[in-house]
Amino acid sequence: MRDELSCIDVCRKWLEEKPEISSRFVRDLLAHIKRIDQDIKAFAFIDERRVTERAAKIEKLPRDKELRGVPVGIKNNICIKGSLTTCCSRMLETFRPVYDAHVIEKLYSEGALVIEGLNMDEFAFGSSCETSCYGPTRNPIDTSRIPGGSSGGAAAAVRAGEVAASIGSDTGGSIRQPASMCGVVGLKPTYGRVSRYGLIAFASSLDQIGPITRNVADSALMLEVLSGYDKRDSTSVKIDVPKYTESLGKDIKGVRIGVPREYFLEGISSGVRRRVEEAIDVLRELGAEIKDVSLPHTKYAVSCYYIIAPAEASSNLARYDGAQYGYRAKNPADMTDMYISSRNEAFGEEVKRRILLGTYSLSSGYYGEYYLKAQKVRTRISEDFHSAFKQCDCLVTPTSPTTAFGIGEKTMSPIEMYLSDIFTIPANLAGIPAMSVPCGIAENDMPVGLQIMAGPFREEVLMKVAHAFERSSGHEEKLRV
Amino acid sequence: MDEQKEKNVITDETVRYAAKLARISLDAKEEVLFREQLSDILGYIEQLREVDTEGVLPTTHVLPSMKNVFREDIAAFSISTEDALLNAPDRTENFFKVPKIIKDR
Amino acid sequence: MAEYDTVIGLETHVQLSTETKVFCGCRNVFGEKPNSCVCPVCLGHPGTLPVLNKKAFEHAIKVALALDCSVQRVIKFDRKNYYYPDLPKNYQISQYDMPIAYNGIVSIRDGEGNTKNIGVTRAHLEEDAGKLIHDTGGSFSYVDLNRTGTPLLEIVSEPEMNSPDEAYMYLVELKRIVKYLGVSDCNMEEGSLRCDANISLKPGGAEELGSKVEIKNLNSFKAVREAIVYEVLRQKEILDDAGRIAQETRLWDEKKGITVSMRSKEEAQDYRYFPEPDLVPFEVEESLINSIKKDLPELASAKSERFRREYGLPEKDLEILISERETADFFEDTVKIYPAFQHVSNWIKGEMLMHVKEKGKDINSLGVSPEEFAEIIEMSVSGRISALSAKEVLKKTIETGEKPSSIVEKGSMEQLSDTGMLEDIVTRVVSENKKSVNDYRSGKEAALSFLVGQVMRSSKGKANPKVAGEMLRKRIL
Repeated sequence: MRDELSCIDVCRKWLEEKPEISSRFVRDLLAHIKRIDQDIKAFAFIDERRVTERAAKIEKLPRDKELRGVPVGIKNNICIKGSLTTCCSRMLETFRPVYDAHVIEKLYSEGALVIEGLNMDEFAFGSSCETSCYGPTRNPIDTSRIPGGSSGGAAAAVRAGEVAASIGSDTGGSIRQPASMCGVVGLKPTYGRVSRYGLIAFASSLDQIGPITRNVADSALMLEVLSGYDKRDSTSVKIDVPKYTESLGKDIKGVRIGVPREYFLEGISSGVRRRVEEAIDVLRELGAEIKDVSLPHTKYAVSCYYIIAPAEASSNLARYDGAQYGYRAKNPADMTDMYISSRNEAFGEEVKRRILLGTYSLSSGYYGEYYLKAQKVRTRISEDFHSAFKQCDCLVTPTSPTTAFGIGEKTMSPIEMYLSDIFTIPANLAGIPAMSVPCGIAENDMPVGLQIMAGPFREEVLMKVAHAFERSSGHEEKLRV
Repeated sequence: MDEQKEKNVITDETVRYAAKLARISLDAKEEVLFREQLSDILGYIEQLREVDTEGVLPTTHVLPSMKNVFREDIAAFSISTEDALLNAPDRTENFFKVPKIIKDR
Repeated sequence: MAEYDTVIGLETHVQLSTETKVFCGCRNVFGEKPNSCVCPVCLGHPGTLPVLNKKAFEHAIKVALALDCSVQRVIKFDRKNYYYPDLPKNYQISQYDMPIAYNGIVSIRDGEGNTKNIGVTRAHLEEDAGKLIHDTGGSFSYVDLNRTGTPLLEIVSEPEMNSPDEAYMYLVELKRIVKYLGVSDCNMEEGSLRCDANISLKPGGAEELGSKVEIKNLNSFKAVREAIVYEVLRQKEILDDAGRIAQETRLWDEKKGITVSMRSKEEAQDYRYFPEPDLVPFEVEESLINSIKKDLPELASAKSERFRREYGLPEKDLEILISERETADFFEDTVKIYPAFQHVSNWIKGEMLMHVKEKGKDINSLGVSPEEFAEIIEMSVSGRISALSAKEVLKKTIETGEKPSSIVEKGSMEQLSDTGMLEDIVTRVVSENKKSVNDYRSGKEAALSFLVGQVMRSSKGKANPKVAGEMLRKRIL
């Protein structure tokens, strides 16, 4: 039940008033995006011709399409047939897929105006959007700061009002963390809820596609559109897609909300801590039952992740070798030289680092110690959640330990960077759905995100709680088109 | 390499070996940089040893309901040869063209 | 001269004949134009994912059961990581520590009827790579990825063969079993059956195995045998000279008849196996195994036993009839109509298989139905037409598709067996060939043949020689 207008609603209503998605509208939209994006660079590039062509097609669609004419930005690691899909890496800078990702097909069928090119960390390896080969994206609230990553462009574009919503990917927090840093809503669905077919893989057992939106209602609608079984993805599940929008506008009296103590130990800035504690107070006032719970293996999540993700990534990125597609070095001496030179010249430092780390941990003699061990610890982490969800309907934590840091501040220390994902990683390891909603401002007047996690395929709980919080905490904003 | 397994010390040789397997080559500066960074990261990851995982099964798939996903043996779409070769850095007629393996490394 | 034990293990790859590839819906065909049976999945394009072909899975279980293997109850796939231009993802989806089948047997039988069981260590499913074509003299290679993603079943034997002949027999039997199941063409020349051999020698009676040498590039069963013979001699010479056998991979050079060193196996590849995260585990339910078992066709060895019992045919006949399932089925369909077992066998062994060899396919492709075949044989045996004519009729039936009876009528091939009709001819021949008649009376057998010939001539080849001979005999003696 959508009892107030979501920005997608506003957008659609506005478009309905104009009987055609005229080329005028598209032109205005593109001009609007270009103007705003000058200072932010949410988009690595814009393909004006393709966007205009799509708009023309949408005009012919029936009026009852859910997202008719709504501009939706696409992170540059989701395949769009014929469009540059580069993962913001030199390795794929001229690559044009010959097929559409499943989610793109879904967006097309609901009439969305797909706009490709959202900037990201190279191959999604990063938490600050600073490793893109096109240069960094800037936080729209303070352009000297990062927007978060790896879906930095997706979050920034929504915050800045360039698009009504965007689609990103989340492997260790890459949707939620930038959403938190930019003061917007980011959702990582349950693993298997949304098809990965067409998502250029980072870590196959952790990746999920999800929406970044201005508010919770939009998130619910987008999730409805994106979810569903895809026979081309063996890890996609055959579970019915509920009408998530029906979870909106409900009260949360008696909802059991767990607060895991391990997420409130040192390492969080005082501002973040305060905002989150205030948010928990709001939830309590709304009638939720707040419980103290423990997820004892939380502290191992980052270590676990930094074995599993790079290992899978090192294998997923092996195909980029200059042979069949992608960047090929000039005049290689022989085949091996082609492999090595192409990869050397086209991969950035963070990509090389993770590939080396992943290769090492899978190599002969180390597999048992690293990868296998990490997968066992992962089981323990999942078990922690499983137990917690026996006594709670959902959990709340901060999304990120700090607000957005300055561009260039953390690039020298990989570990420091990795630790900023400490609160988001566990949900990926356990495969559970998690959402970040804005809950105020803290250090440097930058936004703070409240993370809500629920059991597998319980996104309705997320929607219910998040929406109730959003309505009462007054953090909602409308999109001005 | 064996002696290092106990201590898991990352040496230049370790980095070189991983680089070789991953088809990446590093110059001297990069070797040092990566050696240090990998050592730091793996040093941090050592904490995993603390966790008791006796009798725990590794997670190969997050959700236990996932199993037995098949495809029927019915021909589906193939793409045109042109599409297959669309992104090829080099081609001859309908083949991908790659430099020969001269040395077996 | 020291005595050595030869120890041989064979690794065979069988290409499964499914409609589509193992992880995508591209057609699984041979010989198409380059890069024309491909899709983003088998091309390893970014963002693509594998989905397992149910038929390939079932075929693999069929083979596992036919080889008497234990079938793994929970199957998973693993990534085998290495770089090669014919491998688009630079990893192969294969199976590492939980293969679909393990602990099986292939029973081989030599000419004297001695049997030996060769163990099958394991069989697992994996995807094939593409083809790399080298430009000899140039500095480029060309890649055709049609074959990537074709389902392969890798079958690994225990190192329990001790002679080139045993290796050959193992391959023949393995091929027969797999072909009987109808899951593969098993054609080494077309690449649907590939084989690598692992050979080592050890001092006679010793426990410890010697250094293993892997031989690749074996393109026929004959090559397998010859390569092993050569390699054993090569290793023997080195050992006799107190040398060391290098553990390595060698290529069989067909033209020169030698093995050539390829690369040192000591520098073993680090494949970094880990479970394939894009595929889920597969549980093999008891009910599936039972239903596959029930539908398994009668296998070669069982059929051979039954043929021996039911039809009482000699060993050399059985070998030929059982060699192909189509031949055995054709035989049985024919004898159901006309149960002259030995005659039918002879006709298949002789005429039919000769035609099959010429046409290059199998017995069913000749277009002769078991009914027609039975008819032709019956006509010959009964004497309605001569044996020579019968061969003619078969040939014509194959060529034109016409019914045998109409061919016989049109060609007026019917032999004259009617004694009434032959009376006159016999009388005439006897009266015109008094010398030969007398010769025969005095004991010259050859004279009878001459007289029969005369009757044949007179009747324009129509007379049934047997009947003519009998009549002449009666008349003269």
